[in-house]
Amino acid sequence: MATKKEFNVFAHELVPEHRVLSEEERETLLRKYRIKISQLPQIKASDPAVVALDAKPGDVIEIKRKSPTAGYYYYYRLVVED
Amino acid sequence: MQSMKKVIGSIEFGILSPQEIRKMSAAEITVPDTYDDDGYPIEGGLMDKRLGVIDPGLRCETCGARAGECPGHFGHVELARPIIHVGFAKTIHRVLESTCRECGRIKLTDEEIEEYTHKFEVMGDRKKAKDRLIKEIHKKAKERMVCPHCGAPQFPIKFERPTIYWELRKDEEGNEYRHRMMPSEVRDRLEKIPDKDLPLLGLHPEKARPEWMVLTVLPVPPVTMRPSITLESGIRAEDDLTHKLVDIIRINNRLKSNIEAGAPQLIIEDLWDLLQYHVTTYINNETSGIPPAKHKSGRPLKTLSQRLKGKEGRFRGNLSGKRVNFSARTVISPDPMISINEVGVPLAVAMELTVPEKVTEFNFEKLKQRVLNGPEKYPGANYVIDPEGRRIRLMENNLEIIAEKLDLGWTVERHLEDGDIVLFNRQPSLHRMSIMAHRVRVMPYKTFRLNLAVCPPYNADFDGDEMNLHVPQTEEAQAEAKILMEVQNHIISPRYGGPLIAGMQDHISGGYLLTREGAYFTRSEVEQMLMFAGVDVGELPKPDKVENGVELWSGKTIFSLLLPGDLTIWYRNKLCDDPERCETLERLIEEKLVPDEEEVKKLAYDGFTYILNGKLLSGVVDKKAYGREDGKLLDLIVREYGVERARQFLDQVTKLTIWVITHRGFTTAIDDEDLPVEALDRIREIIREAEERVNRLIEAYKNGELEPLPGKTLEETLESNIMAVLAEARDNAGKVAERYLGMTNHAVIMAKTGARGKMLNITQMAAMLGQQSIRGKRLYRGYRGRVLTHFKPGDLGAKARGFVTNSYKSGLTPQEYFFHAMGGREGLVDTAVRTAQSGYMQRRLINALQDLKVDYDGTVRDPTGIIVQFRYGEDGVDPMKSWQGKTVDVDRVIIRTLLKVRGGGE
Repeated sequence: MATKKEFNVFAHELVPEHRVLSEEERETLLRKYRIKISQLPQIKASDPAVVALDAKPGDVIEIKRKSPTAGYYYYYRLVVED
Repeated sequence: MQSMKKVIGSIEFGILSPQEIRKMSAAEITVPDTYDDDGYPIEGGLMDKRLGVIDPGLRCETCGARAGECPGHFGHVELARPIIHVGFAKTIHRVLESTCRECGRIKLTDEEIEEYTHKFEVMGDRKKAKDRLIKEIHKKAKERMVCPHCGAPQFPIKFERPTIYWELRKDEEGNEYRHRMMPSEVRDRLEKIPDKDLPLLGLHPEKARPEWMVLTVLPVPPVTMRPSITLESGIRAEDDLTHKLVDIIRINNRLKSNIEAGAPQLIIEDLWDLLQYHVTTYINNETSGIPPAKHKSGRPLKTLSQRLKGKEGRFRGNLSGKRVNFSARTVISPDPMISINEVGVPLAVAMELTVPEKVTEFNFEKLKQRVLNGPEKYPGANYVIDPEGRRIRLMENNLEIIAEKLDLGWTVERHLEDGDIVLFNRQPSLHRMSIMAHRVRVMPYKTFRLNLAVCPPYNADFDGDEMNLHVPQTEEAQAEAKILMEVQNHIISPRYGGPLIAGMQDHISGGYLLTREGAYFTRSEVEQMLMFAGVDVGELPKPDKVENGVELWSGKTIFSLLLPGDLTIWYRNKLCDDPERCETLERLIEEKLVPDEEEVKKLAYDGFTYILNGKLLSGVVDKKAYGREDGKLLDLIVREYGVERARQFLDQVTKLTIWVITHRGFTTAIDDEDLPVEALDRIREIIREAEERVNRLIEAYKNGELEPLPGKTLEETLESNIMAVLAEARDNAGKVAERYLGMTNHAVIMAKTGARGKMLNITQMAAMLGQQSIRGKRLYRGYRGRVLTHFKPGDLGAKARGFVTNSYKSGLTPQEYFFHAMGGREGLVDTAVRTAQSGYMQRRLINALQDLKVDYDGTVRDPTGIIVQFRYGEDGVDPMKSWQGKTVDVDRVIIRTLLKVRGGGE
């Protein structure tokens, strides 16, 4: 079979923007909501978006979603091992 | 009763250690007996007085309290040999498999231990993830056949339900043999496991040492937990648990004496197994693999686990839900004269339920009178509580004495009276509007009365429904109910942001009859209806016209009296069938905002509702005004004038319209479906034409002239074409009927105003029923190639496939009747299936979401603090308090401001 076709998940219109938070941003986030890192929602390291971003377990991903009620809505997920 | 002011900070679960069991024990139980021949508790027996007392007159030897006051105390039994606790049998097996048989360490390398420890730390409190990791560790450790710490060879361990463990050993020659591990050996192994390895096995070193899962001491629950009952014949019947404990102690004593006498190993092991059986059934009498212990009569015993499990068990039956005092249940019936936030309570109920009221200098005289009236005379009282907290029952003979003693600091439990706040509930309680707070109205007869407008939130009707009533007993509870739960706070549904409690049926028809163009009323009529509705206007406005010397008021003027003076709103209502007229009015209003009244009157039109500064200038009120789901007017009053004003409006408007509809007379009968001969001819013509077109389509199909539609077979094309033709035929027939049935027709009034029914229902009654269908297709099942034998096989014509040309009024032919029954049956099945399915879905959803809450920082979290949404609903808006889902309705704000600026008059 031919080599696997390059496919960029972020090019699809249904996939929202993903971004890895920096160390600082992560700390601010945790302080803002007064939470431990384990209280964040999670995302598997095998998730196509996470794979594409090359994020490692322990990273926090920021997802910028379109929302029918709020315009844009930011969601944060902790990358966890599969 | 003085309450203890203590707050539960946290709850911890663990396994009792033998030391703890002994520490909490008040007595060691050694005698397998309960009472002696005189019926006195035997010392050291299962009814030992140190475990608490249940017989009146005796005193507990541990705390000195009498029966009823003494909570009971645990005892213990020293088991002659260790016994496996069935509840932990599986865990024990897992732990044995995961650890080394020699050194007791977990069979993981140091690196693995470190890796897993780290994983646990990262994970936090997620139960699912934890369970998965524990399983993974178990799998890995189990397969290791050589201990990575001491190098000892390992053997697989087989678990035989419920409590037997075999080790599949190999001797030096490699011969396999099975070794039975007795509980003592199991316990020895578990003891060897070091504390530091326990977290990886899912155990807590201080709260759940693994060896505690093998019992050496058995706690004996207090007698209060297993009371014996004396039957009428004087025979004492012991509780099931006591019976089981007698068995355990008896065998334990036998085992002990056999060991001491040095009996052969075989006999000891037999007794040991017997003791194991008794302890197992004592804990769970439904353990698979062993026969349940039975009563003499053959009834299985109800032991510890059976007490907790299931719907009637301790958790679901006594903790999550329990029977309560201060509640009542009876049949409901309607009463349109009480307010929506009231409930009619039968006198008999009001005299049984009580509200505790503290005596103060302000209510002293009133409460004294209540006490004097006593329990038999209505506004009375059933109990008083003196300052020491003693409850004194009021009886005919002590009323005066107690009334004399009554003073500040006392509490009177007085009968339920008008205005008391109560909670009212109808099952199934599917949403929060299923329990609302109402004010009491004490009434004669024996049913709860409620206003018709509150039927929708409870989903109640009066075909025999029963409802429950609860009386909050503290000031805090009453205040909370009043502020959060009163009916008017729930007029707007949090589900779709429109009114849920609203006018219905006759309220809507009546509103139309009152406010339509040309509805005028005489002075006496107006006075009567306003009195009936409880509207206090002081003086009537100027009459709208004088005819033959009689003053007449228009319905619009009367309706306006109910509205707040500065309310302004306009919208197209359900009767708007002339968009151009509506548009001109809309344009006029939007341009001028405060247009000249005369100008509006010239354009006024029933289909366009316009209220300017509390005056209904144009249009009728219908379902769009104060009906369910789309009552714009009611919605506006709730939001801009508050729930109390909305309640008042709803109460008044429903009563007013009921007066109008009863005094005008409103009914629908078969002559509402009468059509003139020319209309019937026209409908017959429509049917004939449609059938002809269908036949032409079939002809074309048979000749192969039909062009298939994209994505459809030829047959499907034919079907959809025929369906379209027949649907059009029914619509046309409906239009004809509609043309001849005007707004003088009551059925049409109901359909058009949205009070009840749709125009389709009238069409079906007057003109024709139309195509019957199953799963959206024409009928086709039945005989081979035909639905009924009255048709030729393969007949695709309209009539043969369920097209009913008759109306309900003209009557159906037998064939048509059968087709109609086929279609009707599908509807019935659908509703039955749908309710079952949606009920189950609802249950699952609620189970998944019930513990989530919106935190003070606006996040949605589960009880452990894990975030589900970073902002509730992504925008943090409460749908019930929003404007169509938005925080503010900017247009509305602008209109209100402009109205104020341009002088809305007042």
